[in-house]
Amino acid sequence: MSILLNKKTKLIVHGFTGAQGSFHAQQCLEYGSDIVGGVTPGKGGAEHLGKPVFNTARDAVKATGADASLIFVPPPYAADSILEAADAGLSVIICITEGIPVMDMVRVKKRLTALRNAGRDVTLVGPNCPGVITPGECKAGIMPGYIHKKGSVGIVSRSGTLTYEAVWQVTSQGLGQSTVVGIGGDPVQGMNFLDALKLFQADPQTEAVIMIGEIGGSAEEDAARYIKKEMTKPVFGFVAGKTAPPGRRMGHAGAIVEGGSGTHASKVEALKKAGVTVVDNLSEIGGAVAAKLKPKAKAAGR
Amino acid sequence: MKLLEYEGKDVFARYGIPTLKRCGVIRIGDSPDGLALDGKGPWVVKAQVLAGGRGKAGGVKLAKTAAETREVAGKMLGMKLVTHQTQGKALTVEEVLVEEACDIAREIYISVVLDRRAGAPSVIASAEGGMSIEELAAGHPEKIIRVPVDAEAGLLEFQARQLAFDLKIPKKNFSDFTEFAKSLVRVFIENDASLVEVNPLVLTADEKLVAIDSKIVTDDNALFRHKDQAAKPDHEASDIEREAKGIGINYIGLDGDIGCMVNGAGLAMATLDTVKMAGGDAANFLDVGGGANVEQITKAFQIILKDPKVKAVLVNIFGGIMKCDNIASGVVEASKKVGLAVPLVVRLEGTRVNEGKEILARSGLKLEQADSLWEAAQKAVAAARR
Repeated sequence: MSILLNKKTKLIVHGFTGAQGSFHAQQCLEYGSDIVGGVTPGKGGAEHLGKPVFNTARDAVKATGADASLIFVPPPYAADSILEAADAGLSVIICITEGIPVMDMVRVKKRLTALRNAGRDVTLVGPNCPGVITPGECKAGIMPGYIHKKGSVGIVSRSGTLTYEAVWQVTSQGLGQSTVVGIGGDPVQGMNFLDALKLFQADPQTEAVIMIGEIGGSAEEDAARYIKKEMTKPVFGFVAGKTAPPGRRMGHAGAIVEGGSGTHASKVEALKKAGVTVVDNLSEIGGAVAAKLKPKAKAAGR
Repeated sequence: MKLLEYEGKDVFARYGIPTLKRCGVIRIGDSPDGLALDGKGPWVVKAQVLAGGRGKAGGVKLAKTAAETREVAGKMLGMKLVTHQTQGKALTVEEVLVEEACDIAREIYISVVLDRRAGAPSVIASAEGGMSIEELAAGHPEKIIRVPVDAEAGLLEFQARQLAFDLKIPKKNFSDFTEFAKSLVRVFIENDASLVEVNPLVLTADEKLVAIDSKIVTDDNALFRHKDQAAKPDHEASDIEREAKGIGINYIGLDGDIGCMVNGAGLAMATLDTVKMAGGDAANFLDVGGGANVEQITKAFQIILKDPKVKAVLVNIFGGIMKCDNIASGVVEASKKVGLAVPLVVRLEGTRVNEGKEILARSGLKLEQADSLWEAAQKAVAAARR
């Protein structure tokens, strides 16, 4: 088991024929992901990377039975592609695009919430994220595939390269990952820490979870409340931005301390109180997880 | 992007939001004689800087006569302001706004913000305006009114009425207020703002409703559909920051002496934290982005070295899609190109890392390599101290 993606996942790529879409779709195909086609309006009927191109997401789903979507559409049009994917019935929508206006995401969030309230199974991951990977089964994103290894550590993170750092440390310790989810660095996004933690808690393959947060917003604090109440698996955390000056946007639109909220101190305190092992030094996160999981694996004779 | 008070008030004017009568904005080098002071006064002279707490720091002054107003405005230009929001640094007053003052009977706080948890805008208001909303929220959370807003419908009639009743707006100003509140929400939505604040909104002695301050922060991601905004200078950015932005590099200047070049915003932030933990201070935040090629790395070095404080440079790159050997060649070529004279510490990790390290080792450049972020930070701090 894993979360969000597995070897049965059929992916379609929005913005398939663009430079970014082509490059990363090719990388995903080489990893072994089952990309069944792509969407580029006006190029329906063509073939790209050996896969069919469709004009609309509906056409793509009808012809291929796809259930997940990977979006590389440029910022001004990306919100529309998310909604198109949702309308076409895709249940996992992963949006890589960086730079979507917040107000567009406000509208997207409203519609997705309405669909879910009406009983539709639809989950958005991102935008402005590296994507999702279930090692050895399906890679839907821009992460380097080879650093991952199939295993039992679930990872959820707001930042791309920080995720790779954590993945690499886990792999270097001889452990592996169940699924790695990049939720992205935007202030209004799809899946948040809480949603990912719930999935990892319910996933039998996942034995421990790493969450990589950063300053801004209150998603880490919300996650801490859930961890304290419901989570039985060990959680390891790191929060980036301890030394970031308030009021300045540190790259990610969401990474900003405003009016005294979203500070590093408040997040670390909330997570520690919830029983999360928080490392101050990022270089130590892989070792911390290994210290917990390796004796357990030994005892179980693995 | 943060707008100056008068720029925000220009936006307000387009939405019919009442502000004080403007007598002019003067910049350093302008003569105060250009101010249109034909009314009977008094006037208010306000430093146009992007920090709250201007009043207490001497950046807002009242003047009774036209001559006094000109004198005060002239003196304020070029003044250094330190407020509780400037983190001990002084801001130079480059522009001054002069308006006709009013007699204040009551002050109200009102703003539209993005409620991240709800993923929607929200109106925040309090009958106790004037003071900082953070202080009020900490001390008297019960005095803060929150109204969630639907970004497509805007502020609804009943919500505007509810706000007016909760804020105890007098009957005479009731409909002016509900129109004002709806317009304020429109300013937020239609301009892709992340904050629109009026502190204070004032009821004057002659029973008028006036926004006497404005604070607008807009979403940089939406600049493509606001060409007028995009054309304006980013007042908050330093010269180096503006230059970096122009060539597609995300750079923020800081106070330390260790220049940092990192790929990815999160890793860049974590690198600053690790440098601090190792006993040093970073000179900057810099995200070179995913395509860390020779050209981009050269540009990043050039940007970092524009800061004279920099005593050592730390490069921390996780090679994913972009392989470490390519990045290493890029670092070598770029350091030669810019004639790097300060110590360089490089930490590469990821795809083809051994090949990358080999290229760095054989480059003939005086550089130190590190295997982990922690080791890199310690080496950079030591190098900067030498």
